[in-house]
Amino acid sequence: MRKLLCLLAATALFVTGCAGAGSLGNGERTLVVAIVSNAQMKDAISLKGEFEKKNPGVNLKFVSLPENEARAKITASTATQGGEFDVVMISNYEAPQWAANGWLENLEPHMKATPGYDENDFIPSIRDSLSYQNQMYAVPFYGESSFVAYRKDLFQKAGITMPAHPTWAQIAEYAAKLDDKQAGVAGICLRGKPGWGESLAPFTTVANTFGAQYFDKDWNAKLTSPEFTKAANFYVNLVREHGEVGASSAGFTECGTQYAQGNVAMWYDATSMTGTTEDPSTSHVVGKNGYAPAPVDKTQASGWLYAWSLAIPKVAKDKDDAWKFMAWMTDKEYAKKVGEAYGWNRVPPGTRKSVYEIPQYKDAAKAYAQPTLDGIANANQQKTMVSAPPYPGIQFVGIPEFQDLGTRVSQQLSAAIAGQTSVADALEQSQKYAETVGKSYQEVAG
Amino acid sequence: MSTLSVPAGTAPATTSRTEKKATNKTGKRRLPLLPALIFVIAVTQIPFLLTLFYSFQSWNLVRPGSQHFVGLQNYVDVFTDSTFLGALLNTVVLTVVCVFVSLLLGLGLAILLDRKFAGRGFVRTLLITPFLILPAAGALLWKTTMFDPTFGLLHFVFNTDVDWLSQFPLAAVMAQIVWQWTPFMMLLTLAGLQSQSKEVLEAASVDGANRWRTFFSITLPHLSRFLQLATLLGAIYIVNSFDAIFLMTQGGPGTASTNLPFYIYQRAFEGFDIGQSSAMGVVVVILTMIVATFALRLMFRAFSVDGGTK
Repeated sequence: MRKLLCLLAATALFVTGCAGAGSLGNGERTLVVAIVSNAQMKDAISLKGEFEKKNPGVNLKFVSLPENEARAKITASTATQGGEFDVVMISNYEAPQWAANGWLENLEPHMKATPGYDENDFIPSIRDSLSYQNQMYAVPFYGESSFVAYRKDLFQKAGITMPAHPTWAQIAEYAAKLDDKQAGVAGICLRGKPGWGESLAPFTTVANTFGAQYFDKDWNAKLTSPEFTKAANFYVNLVREHGEVGASSAGFTECGTQYAQGNVAMWYDATSMTGTTEDPSTSHVVGKNGYAPAPVDKTQASGWLYAWSLAIPKVAKDKDDAWKFMAWMTDKEYAKKVGEAYGWNRVPPGTRKSVYEIPQYKDAAKAYAQPTLDGIANANQQKTMVSAPPYPGIQFVGIPEFQDLGTRVSQQLSAAIAGQTSVADALEQSQKYAETVGKSYQEVAG
Repeated sequence: MSTLSVPAGTAPATTSRTEKKATNKTGKRRLPLLPALIFVIAVTQIPFLLTLFYSFQSWNLVRPGSQHFVGLQNYVDVFTDSTFLGALLNTVVLTVVCVFVSLLLGLGLAILLDRKFAGRGFVRTLLITPFLILPAAGALLWKTTMFDPTFGLLHFVFNTDVDWLSQFPLAAVMAQIVWQWTPFMMLLTLAGLQSQSKEVLEAASVDGANRWRTFFSITLPHLSRFLQLATLLGAIYIVNSFDAIFLMTQGGPGTASTNLPFYIYQRAFEGFDIGQSSAMGVVVVILTMIVATFALRLMFRAFSVDGGTK
């Protein structure tokens, strides 16, 4: 345990890091890329030979980790200016904050100097979410909102029609009707695995549309407000009564497996789920799925906005090669490469408008292309919240402390889902954590 | 891990010559050891001093410019944080239960292995294996092959759909740790059993003592120092359990299976709260030192008293 702290102290002291781009003589350069190991990123890793062929002398070395571990490593390295990585994968949560801290390279000049890159092709809401003072500091690899996938065949059998814009009350009612223990089909899959990027993301969109917020405009924590309590009770009860088995440890991956195996009738989650639900090699329900916009209560939309993106830390040694690689992974051609190599369903969605014009993609993605685009287009605070909070972000609070606060709140939520604590107690405890964070902002403001 | 001072009065007297000469001589004799000592101090104590320094600061790594002196505020926060207290309780429960159960199992297995039978060496090797497996591999093995509610052996044997890791998280982690540490306890007690003098045992049977009587009156007192050593070493390692919790439950559901090392890891590498995590580290070091000093006292007492064998 002290070892960990020693490490930390050592990192803080000797901000040298290990040389990322070691030159191996004869002009060979190694580019170290820290990346999250999701399906679409794995496809990119397996296509790396193509990049290396085009750019002789640049070798790619990927450090790929699951989301939580990757985030911890990348944040620690960037915050301490460690310089281990030439390219890091971050999201629209980190990009504006880190840009404001001066930790990231401004990408505008690089984009303008690259012919055919066309940064105006990015979907505006995604572009804005990765910008600081109207300059992009990260380029999106894939973008997502959230929506509901549902089994058209099961809906038909039960005599239910999914409305064009469902409300949470309707979804809860359908979940109760479709919940069939005998057939081994649960009503709905909702994440319960702790983590601010896991269970808290869908839950926060529910809270938003119920009119709840983490902080009011004066940074007073609001986790025990009537709206928040109502939202938490709704979410926990829905998942406890008509949700999947093992809900308290089910995240995006687990829900994907359950849905693809036909064990749940509905699934509210990231729009990028189509990589799982529509892939014949993993899913037993291909062609049976409908997609409806994120359910609402008091607001007109409720989908989140998230984009896994690539950025260059300020301290990276080899920025030009780093940019070359990022451009290769995020340009207009990349979608075609993946489409032809692995199938059009595996194209990273939700970043470039031009992708949605490719005939093969349009054909392969006709069930979900439009819902995805609509979700992303409507993902802004004006449409998903009842009033403007003092922080950026929809399914997250865009402040550095949220990684920690969000994880703690999600642990409480997950304990309530597991039945180890009551919703009221969970919120009471979460409120205490949030008050501590809110206070530090009140001090700054006041 | 933690600095321990050997209790006064236990170090053997080095010389019996006149005081001054003696110190001079030993000073000279120890001079070549100085670089090593300085090195040890540098790599162990300087980071600790830094940790101590950080524990008086409020500093969030992802908020540049947030570093400022807050005095003892971090320590106040640590002791009013219900999660920390829960983690402390979990650490105590985990350590006490795991040490006790693995010691009992180890003692039982050692007694069985202490007699001659065909294939003894082979059985002993098999029993030691869990201790030789990488802790991370052992944890993953238990998570998937044993506890998984769909593919797990427990599901297969008992035919239940119990999701062990979310319904009994701490117990599941403890099972894995006991499995891993039982062989260690077994080896130590076995060494103790095999160092018993045959004459004393023969004398006991001549005097008409039965098996139980012999065990409780002769074997157990003889074993006591070995058991104490096993307890101490086991406790020192098990207090720091991290792999099993990180890989099997991630401290969840909620914080049901979070122990102090894992909690500090979370505060440092997920919360990036340097001040808080340093303060926790310091508190844990102090607690460990108190417990370890106490345990060491016991041990030295046990070793200085002759254990009944001649």
